[in-house]
Amino acid sequence: MGGPGVVYRFMNLIQLKAKYEEIRKTVVDSYVWKSIFRHGYKDTPRNRVLMTASNVFLHLHPSKMRRHGIKISYTWCAGGLTFLFFLVTVVTGVILMFYYRPVAEYAYVDMKYLQFDVPFGMIMRNMHRWAAHLMVILVMLHMFRVFMTGSYKPPREFNWVVGVLLLVLTFLLSFTGYLLPWDQLSIWAVTVGTNMARATPLLGHEGPFAAQMQELTGLVTPRYDARSLLTAGTVVGAPTLLRFYVLHCIFIPIAAAILMIVHFWRVRKDGGISGPL
Amino acid sequence: MVEPHKSEEQIIPPSSLNPDKIHTWPFLVRVEFIVGLLVLIFLTIWSIAIDAPLEEPANPTKTPNPSKAPWYFLGLQEMLVYFDPWIAGVLLPSLIIVGLMVIPYIDINSKGSGYYTFRERPFAVGMYCFGFLILWIALIVVGVFLRGPGWNFFAPWEAWDPHKVVALTNVDLNMWLAQTFGLDFLRNQVVAALFGLSLIGGYYSLGAVFYLMKVKTNETLQKLGPVRYGIVAFLFLTMMALPIKMVLRWTLNIKYICVLPWVGINI
Repeated sequence: MGGPGVVYRFMNLIQLKAKYEEIRKTVVDSYVWKSIFRHGYKDTPRNRVLMTASNVFLHLHPSKMRRHGIKISYTWCAGGLTFLFFLVTVVTGVILMFYYRPVAEYAYVDMKYLQFDVPFGMIMRNMHRWAAHLMVILVMLHMFRVFMTGSYKPPREFNWVVGVLLLVLTFLLSFTGYLLPWDQLSIWAVTVGTNMARATPLLGHEGPFAAQMQELTGLVTPRYDARSLLTAGTVVGAPTLLRFYVLHCIFIPIAAAILMIVHFWRVRKDGGISGPL
Repeated sequence: MVEPHKSEEQIIPPSSLNPDKIHTWPFLVRVEFIVGLLVLIFLTIWSIAIDAPLEEPANPTKTPNPSKAPWYFLGLQEMLVYFDPWIAGVLLPSLIIVGLMVIPYIDINSKGSGYYTFRERPFAVGMYCFGFLILWIALIVVGVFLRGPGWNFFAPWEAWDPHKVVALTNVDLNMWLAQTFGLDFLRNQVVAALFGLSLIGGYYSLGAVFYLMKVKTNETLQKLGPVRYGIVAFLFLTMMALPIKMVLRWTLNIKYICVLPWVGINI
């Protein structure tokens, strides 16, 4: 109810602020709080350093860096955003794994199930796919930027090599995921891709010297060559689906994660984000 | 409740300590946070608005025309028009990966480290831009938007006609020379093979010729040394082989430069 009586029901602002301070101090000074947060939030040089140095996630960063490294016009944020999209695909991908079965009978049905029956299933699938495409675009842009700024020059030569491997793994992640919807688009795109392996010199049954290899080893046949290593058969079929699923969900993500750790570590070890000497 | 900082610990302006050093928190972390947030908002809206594609169920007996690889491989798929599968699908992709990896070890120009510049390393920047923007990005654009049934060219406004008739007038280089200049001895397979091999050998030896001509006067070449220079020249000439074959195909309908039927190698 309105009227003058309302005023007496609440403390005035000064009392309220004091009460708030009291509660805040109790919480922040408590044993539990202090065991979690090891420093205050007051804007001091010491706290600024501790903010990164005492936080496992922010500890990817140095506590101080060159002014140059925060310019968006210099880095385009491309490397960091590539990593962000990797994280998005991991999170959404794990959610999709709860509903998707990598079996020829179910795979396509499960796509429809995700689309029509699973709450937020379609948006999970969309985010997974678009983040993957964006990751591919950004990893290429990141490499372009790193080249243009000469950031592979000493002492960063080896980290460029790790980066190239990560580029390849990004393509492989995307390519193996492409098959999983098990629709016309996926099996034929993967058929085009894996058919390339038939032509591998020495190891593909349609490549140069295939006949000589077969005479020598008896191994390079349509059922046993570089392509069948990928497809687990002579065509893209159910065994391919399982193989690509395992590669997509376990093998390549782990390999990429390990290389990312090396990549980020070396950025720090080689003196942080590059800049004019 | 964050107190305004009027504490005994005054903020020392970073410029007075080291003009080039700043604290990562807040200056970098806030940029990362805001950019990440904006990008995630963009991704969410995009994912609400546009559904991921899903066509009819996989059918191994029904081949779509055209069958396209994922968009990021369409540059490689485009190379299949100009080279045999073992070159376009295996050799050149491997050379792209290895070539990218050796860049730091063959580029010994110490200038341009940590800033954008064209003038201080024109060859490096020019080559990378040509390879990335033209031979990778532009070919992806062609593959996505201009290729239709039978991997034929279709303008974006044209209907995809799977029965489009395209004259198959491609001839091998030796036959083209034989017809155009009446060099009938080139019709012989063995002669043609030797001729083709010597053409390719000559093409790659251009790199060596250039080196020997310029090494006395050119300081960059002296610093590079023969091994590094050899790798640079090989990668450069291999990269240029693609546009060369494209132009030969479009202008003269040349299919192969060199045919070795005995081992099944056609280049």
